[in-house]
Amino acid sequence: MQIVTKGVAGTMESSDISVRIEPREGEGITLTLTSAVMQQFGKQIEAVIRGTLASLGVTSAVVDAVDKGALDCTVEARVKTAAYRAAKCEAYVWENRK
Amino acid sequence: MKLRRSMLFVPGNNPGMVRDAHIYGSDSIMFDLEDSVSINEKDSARFLVYSALTKLSYGSKELVVRINDLGSGLGIHDLEAVVRAQPDVIRLPKTESAKDVLECEAEIERIERAAGIPVGKTRMMAAIESALGVLNAKEIAFSSKRLIGIALGAEDYVTDLKTTRSDGTELFFARCMILNAARAAGIDALDTVYSDVNNEEGFLAEAELIHKLGFNGKSVINPRQIPPLHRVFTPRQKDLEKARAVIEASEEAERRGSGVVALNGKMIDKPVVARAHYLVQLAAAANRTPIEEV
Repeated sequence: MQIVTKGVAGTMESSDISVRIEPREGEGITLTLTSAVMQQFGKQIEAVIRGTLASLGVTSAVVDAVDKGALDCTVEARVKTAAYRAAKCEAYVWENRK
Repeated sequence: MKLRRSMLFVPGNNPGMVRDAHIYGSDSIMFDLEDSVSINEKDSARFLVYSALTKLSYGSKELVVRINDLGSGLGIHDLEAVVRAQPDVIRLPKTESAKDVLECEAEIERIERAAGIPVGKTRMMAAIESALGVLNAKEIAFSSKRLIGIALGAEDYVTDLKTTRSDGTELFFARCMILNAARAAGIDALDTVYSDVNNEEGFLAEAELIHKLGFNGKSVINPRQIPPLHRVFTPRQKDLEKARAVIEASEEAERRGSGVVALNGKMIDKPVVARAHYLVQLAAAANRTPIEEV
C-alpha cells in the first residue's frame, strides 16, 4: 500500500488514539508517539502501529500518533483507517475472524 | 431460551463505549454503523467494530451489528467486514419488503462462501421503519430462515406517518402488526428505543405497555434503562409460583391419564399450561443473568 497523501483517523477523546499518516521520502516508518501511558504501554502501542502498517504493506510513511488510552484493537483500527485514507484506497481487505 | 429483553445501542465509532458495552448487563449489544455514525466516519466505525469483534471478548452477550442499508452503497462495505468478523446477528435497517431481506441475505451468503464460513451461520434481524414496511411486516417476517426477529424503528416511522412520538398511540398499529407477524413466523419481536433518557416514568410506562402486548424486549440507548427494563420483563415470584403449580397439576393429570387439568377446583386449559411453561423458562433464563444496577 502506497501512502500518497495525508490521512487522519481517531480523536483526542479518552480511550481513542489520533493517528496521522503522511508520505515520506525514501523507505522506512518515522513514528512519533505521544501517550499518557507512555511509560507502561509505549512499546506495546508502537509495536501495534508498526505491525499494522506492515500487515498493510506500508513501508514508507511519517506517522504521528497521540494516544489517549486506546486498546490495541482501537490502535489497529485507527491506523488502518488513516492508512487507507492516506493511500486513497477503498479496496478494503478483511480477514476472517480466527 | 434466548433472552432479548434489552438490546443496547453502541455507536460504532466510539472506542470507549465499544470497549465497555458488555459491563452494563444488557442481553444483546448492538454496534451501530448506521445513524449514529457521521457520513465521513463510516470507514473508521467499520474498522473499529470489526477490530473489536475480532479481538475483544464480550462473554455470552449476543452481538448484533446494524449495517447501513444496501441502497446507500455503504451497506455492502459493512457486510464485507462484518460477516467476516462473525457477530451473532446482522441488523438490516429500513426494511420495507421481503426483497430487501433477500438481497441482503444473498450478499451475506456470497461472503460466507468466499470466507469459508458455514452458510447460514450469520443470523439476521430486520428493522421496520416505514408505513410500507409495517404493511409488509408479514412477508418480511417470513422471508428468511436467518431472521431471529423483526424490530420497530419508531423515529423514521412516525416521520413517515407525519406525526411525532407521544404516548404510544401513534405506534399502536405498527407494534401490533410487527408483533403478530413475528409470532406467526415464530421469531422475536423487538420494540423501538425510548429516546428521552431522563424520563424514567415515561420509559417504564412504555416498557410495561410493550410487555403486555407480548414483545420480547426493547432497544435501549442508555445503560440506565437496562435494570428497570429487565425488572418489567422478568417474571414476578407470585406469577412464577402460580405457573409452577399449574405445571405440577398438569403433570399430575398426565400421570392419572386424565385429559382434564384442574387446580384449586378450577379447570386449566392447555394454553394456560403452555404459558406456565414459557414463564418458568423465562425465569430460568433471567436467573442466569441477574439484574445489575448501573
